[in-house]
Amino acid sequence: MAEDLIRLDIVTPAGLLMSENVAALNLPATLGSMGVLKNHAPLMTTLEIGTVKYTRNGVDHYLAVHGGFAEVKDNVVIILADSAERAEEIDVSRAEAAKQRAEARLKKRDAELDVLRAEMALRRALTRIKTSEKA
Amino acid sequence: MANMRDIRRRIKSVTNTKKITGAMKMVSAAKLRKTQSTLVAIRPYSDKIQEVMDHLLSGGEEYDTPFLTPREEVKNILYIVIAGDRGLCGGYNINLLRFAEEQMKATPEGERAMMLLIGNKAREHFRIRPQYEVMDVFSNIGDTPNVSQGKALSDYVIKKYLDGEVDEVHVVYSKFQSVLTQIPSVAQVLPIQVAEGAEDVEEGAHAETDYIFEPGGKELLDVILPKYVDSSIYRLLLESKAGEHGARMTAMDSATDNASDLIDKLTLALNRARQAQITTEITEIVGGAAALE
Repeated sequence: MAEDLIRLDIVTPAGLLMSENVAALNLPATLGSMGVLKNHAPLMTTLEIGTVKYTRNGVDHYLAVHGGFAEVKDNVVIILADSAERAEEIDVSRAEAAKQRAEARLKKRDAELDVLRAEMALRRALTRIKTSEKA
Repeated sequence: MANMRDIRRRIKSVTNTKKITGAMKMVSAAKLRKTQSTLVAIRPYSDKIQEVMDHLLSGGEEYDTPFLTPREEVKNILYIVIAGDRGLCGGYNINLLRFAEEQMKATPEGERAMMLLIGNKAREHFRIRPQYEVMDVFSNIGDTPNVSQGKALSDYVIKKYLDGEVDEVHVVYSKFQSVLTQIPSVAQVLPIQVAEGAEDVEEGAHAETDYIFEPGGKELLDVILPKYVDSSIYRLLLESKAGEHGARMTAMDSATDNASDLIDKLTLALNRARQAQITTEITEIVGGAAALE
């Protein structure tokens, strides 16, 4: 069923992370999780920090995507993200450490604390951990 | 005729210098390759951002965002000056810093120009020139700046811009023409300038594609425009660094060549001196023998 595939490109400032033909994918869009199948209408959406899931040859794959943007057009999905990692490649111990750091910072609530930044860091860490568990 | 021992000593010292410059050339070549590959890696990302931005802006709708709208009154201008951390790269730093000075001097009456300096060389240069106002200094950017360094810089600049502290942001950087040539240039990063010509072309090409925008065009722009600024600044940073490595490589290459020339000349002088000495000795012996007869 090769004709039912859509191309998924994930582009980050560090380069093209992946470009593969997939059967279906799921995006953490700002307005809620969103599935994309073949012949989806052209769309542009912002993405949350979250997990992208795609199905290839009947197997589900997961990626942690941090802050970004997706374009769907002519059966090509392009994800622009600040950073993205495959579930298998996530360094869980680093993510755990980052999570604890962020939680400690949020708990202390210093005057100079950049709450937004700390929360983002925490969400990134949680996303990494959650995504890696699915691998 | 110079003393043979002195010549030998000089040959030795020049040979050592040549080894050092040769090694530095190799190191710069490696760093240049690394920086260039980073530049190549970021290209799909920045191209895509540009494309998406064009799509959004060619939709015919007018978006009111501080990133695009020029300020009615431009009072404060910020120049980000990207220079190197180290010397030994020919005229790279000084050309760029002179160019930056010219930009500062060319500021129209009534406007205030400030600089954000990157690199130790820029800081040293302007420390002894207090007539130019320096807002802040970022140094130790390293040999191949990474994404988070570029992001930190761009966050800082965007904040200053949105807070109204500066009304325009320009980057003074070295355009990477080739390994041999870097041209000091200036580019405006804020407010973002949309190329008029390109917009018209895009409009024709994408008129048929009717996108669904989620959550909305404005929100998308709010996400994409800072990313555009991030990637522009990061790209200019990398381009300047690549130029620095290229300049250092060229400078070290010619230094190595000069050292080789010098060694040749000194070797020639040494041989002459040796021959002269031998000739003198033979003359002395022959003279001595003749005196005995």
